[in-house]
Amino acid sequence: MTAGVSAGMTVSAGMTESTAAPAMDTPPRLAVDALLDDPGTRIIVCCGAGGVGKTTTAAALGVRAAERGRKVVVLTIDPARRLAQSLGIDSLDNTPRQVAGVAGGGELHAMMLDMKRTFDEIVEAHADAERARAILDNPFYQSLSAGFAGTQEYMAMEKLGQLRARDDWDLIVVDTPPSRSALDFLDAPTRLGSFLDGKFIRVLMAPAKVGGRAGMKFLNVGMSMMTGTLSKLMGASLLKDVQTFVAAMDTMFGGFRTRADATYRLLQAPGTAFLVVAAPEADALREAAYFVERLAADRMPLAGLVLNRVHGSGADQLSAERALAAAENLEEGGIVDQESGKAGLRDSDAATPPLAEEPTRADENATVTATATVTVTEPDEGATDEGVTDGITADEITAGLLRLHAERMQVIAREQRNRDRFTSLHPEVAVAEVAALPGDVHDLAGLRAIGVRLATG
Amino acid sequence: MRAPEAEWLGSLAVSRLQVVSGKGGTGKTTVAAALALALAREGRRTLLVEVEGRQGIAQLFGTEALPYEERKIAVAPGGGEVFALAIDAERALLDYLQMFYKLGSAGRALKKLGAIDFATTIAPGLRDVLLTGKACEAVRRKDKAGRFVYDHVVMDAPPTGRITRFLNVNDEVAGLARFGPIHNQAQAVMSVLKSPQTAVHLVTLLEEMPVQETADGIEELVAAGLPVGRVVVNMVRPHHLDEEALRAAAGERRAEVARALSRAGLGGARRGGLAERLVEPLLTQAAEHAGRVELEREQRGVLEGLGLPTYELPLLGAGMDLAGLYELATELRKQGDEE
Ligand SMILES: Nc1ncnc2c1ncn2[C@@H]1O[C@H](COP(=O)(O)OP(=O)(O)OP(=O)(O)O)[C@@H](O)[C@H]1O
Ligand SMILES: Nc1ncnc2c1ncn2[C@@H]1O[C@H](COP(=O)(O)OP(=O)(O)OP(=O)(O)O)[C@@H](O)[C@H]1O
Ligand SMILES: [Mg+2]
Ligand SMILES: [Mg+2]
Repeated sequence: MTAGVSAGMTVSAGMTESTAAPAMDTPPRLAVDALLDDPGTRIIVCCGAGGVGKTTTAAALGVRAAERGRKVVVLTIDPARRLAQSLGIDSLDNTPRQVAGVAGGGELHAMMLDMKRTFDEIVEAHADAERARAILDNPFYQSLSAGFAGTQEYMAMEKLGQLRARDDWDLIVVDTPPSRSALDFLDAPTRLGSFLDGKFIRVLMAPAKVGGRAGMKFLNVGMSMMTGTLSKLMGASLLKDVQTFVAAMDTMFGGFRTRADATYRLLQAPGTAFLVVAAPEADALREAAYFVERLAADRMPLAGLVLNRVHGSGADQLSAERALAAAENLEEGGIVDQESGKAGLRDSDAATPPLAEEPTRADENATVTATATVTVTEPDEGATDEGVTDGITADEITAGLLRLHAERMQVIAREQRNRDRFTSLHPEVAVAEVAALPGDVHDLAGLRAIGVRLATG
Repeated sequence: MRAPEAEWLGSLAVSRLQVVSGKGGTGKTTVAAALALALAREGRRTLLVEVEGRQGIAQLFGTEALPYEERKIAVAPGGGEVFALAIDAERALLDYLQMFYKLGSAGRALKKLGAIDFATTIAPGLRDVLLTGKACEAVRRKDKAGRFVYDHVVMDAPPTGRITRFLNVNDEVAGLARFGPIHNQAQAVMSVLKSPQTAVHLVTLLEEMPVQETADGIEELVAAGLPVGRVVVNMVRPHHLDEEALRAAAGERRAEVARALSRAGLGGARRGGLAERLVEPLLTQAAEHAGRVELEREQRGVLEGLGLPTYELPLLGAGMDLAGLYELATELRKQGDEE
């Protein structure tokens, strides 16, 4: 059993609205506004598989929290260019900038992470000028800081620690790096830390230290053979670079580990809330499930799942099969017009049940809009619409509409199956649904629209 | 500046190493597999390799995890064969040490000390030399009769953001290993990768970010002198209605649509009738569709501006399975032949 939201771990008691006796198969709803408004919420971390909408969600939460009165900073990682531009954070100076155009009583600051710069800053802050220069110029350091697996995650954590230490904001929203696995955010820093702190590194700098002890003589022989091999293999220069780097960094290693540990603890603290973002796709939800389990194992506070880019339909009473059959009928052109106003038609397939006449809720809404905005001319009894007035017949248009609808219904069905699988694994996890918007989200208006859906979905 | 043109299907001198990159999740693994199938025509043999230790190929073909060993995983229509290999950097390094230094126990000692881990995970250039080195070895390998063992090697490569660095091992390693066998290996690898024997394809979707990444990726590849192949637009959705039809449907022809729905057996077309009530939500969906088509048109324009030949693969609505993979392979062949 995973204890994802056992009482001690939820961010605040009011987090999940218990809608009156939810059915077994409907997960509790994630109360996003309650989370954002709670002054006890200090850090929100948006995690998830690649491309699911972590950056968008983080930015949208930032905007919404600010417009609800909080002083927020959003740490984004690799945001889409247009989004960065519209937030005014496209210059890489690695520090938060206030975002203009945010309404309400709060403030929104945003930044995008520059991982190399963050790494350089740590070096500069923890070594004297000369030593810092030696490290920064070291080719091995340059390769490490520019693109080493895990560096981005480590630096994201580091930046989070720095922002938290400044205490200038009452809420920090953190995006996480695009990686295929959400777990990387938690694992990569440890991996890097254990490298910087690892056995091998110690061995590289060891001869002096280990050699003293009698029992280590044997190891020392092995060592020299090993370094010999390594330098043959990689060329002596690499080994020398690494050794110089290690020597120069020596005093800092403890610091790396200590800070990584501190940030990790920060993530376990009660003021932190993790949001797992997923698209309703099998891969993304599988990742989300792993992540939920991992958070529980690490006693990190999960607020819930953001199910992003969910599809819906205002005409979901019309199944894909019926829509396709109807489209085919129209395309075959074999239908003679007939009395309108009746549900049953002569060609209607006996195997497909007639549509329920009771409108669903979505359908009612649709009807309201339709009558409110459109003048529907009464259908002309007995008239045929086969005339090719605009080069395309009404039947062709309608068949197109029906095919589109069938596709939509297939998507919805697939998404529902994926969601059900997740819910059956983790029925306790609260969910906020965000509809798929027709276009990209790249400005404040778009982020607000996502925010509204986060809060109400 | 354009990269040297890579040859393609249907041509006699097809690139023997085809590298498939693209933004994460756009379908690199799927497209690489379909490409390996497509290239395995008329009795040819292809090798599909993966380099990120994720067993994506095994998942896709529904087989158990691939060992570090070349295995036949599929037969292409027409009798060609597809082999697969998951290259593991650590194993490649140990093999390599064994080959050059006969390092039995020392190899194990290195492993114990974390040196292998260090070398393969930590020094990124080194890892990449080993991975690309193994792929290039397969490209060059010949049988006793002097024929190439594989007609093509298709690589399911790292994503766009890392591909240039990954393939440009020479530069990467130059900063790290300036002499020695790794250095020499890097040189040998580069002589394959920077030649017309290689083509780097980029998979994208018709969305802003993947397209942007594709444009950036091509620029980087070209600047590094790596041969850019094709752009593969994946998961292309069919367009059902053009904007004009949609405008008409939303405007003066709304009632006609309601009647057509009714004729098709979907209820009454009068106000409040079932068919009539379907019109609005169907139109909303269609408007969203039209919006997307418009965005896709924009992105197509950006892709056209890149001046590279482009393939399009349809979105398989039912999700991916083996049959779908063969369908995509057939599509690639068709478009390759038409090129
Ligand atoms: N609900 C939505 N409706 C429509 N488009 C969306 C929605 N959410 C996100 N997008 C779009 O999807 C794309 C990917 O989103 P985003 O960049 O937030 O994902 P990510 O998880 O941060 O990706 P990465 O893993 O690459 O960092 C963007 O173009 C964004 O505008
Ligand atoms: N043409 C297509 N139609 C339908 N689904 C597709 C298509 N191409 C890929 N997919 C699906 O999209 C998902 C991502 O594809 P794939 O794993 O090939 O991408 P990738 O780029 O290799 O991802 P990663 O970056 O994680 O390695 C998979 O679930 C795959 O089945
Ligand atoms: Mg992102
Ligand atoms: Mg893949």
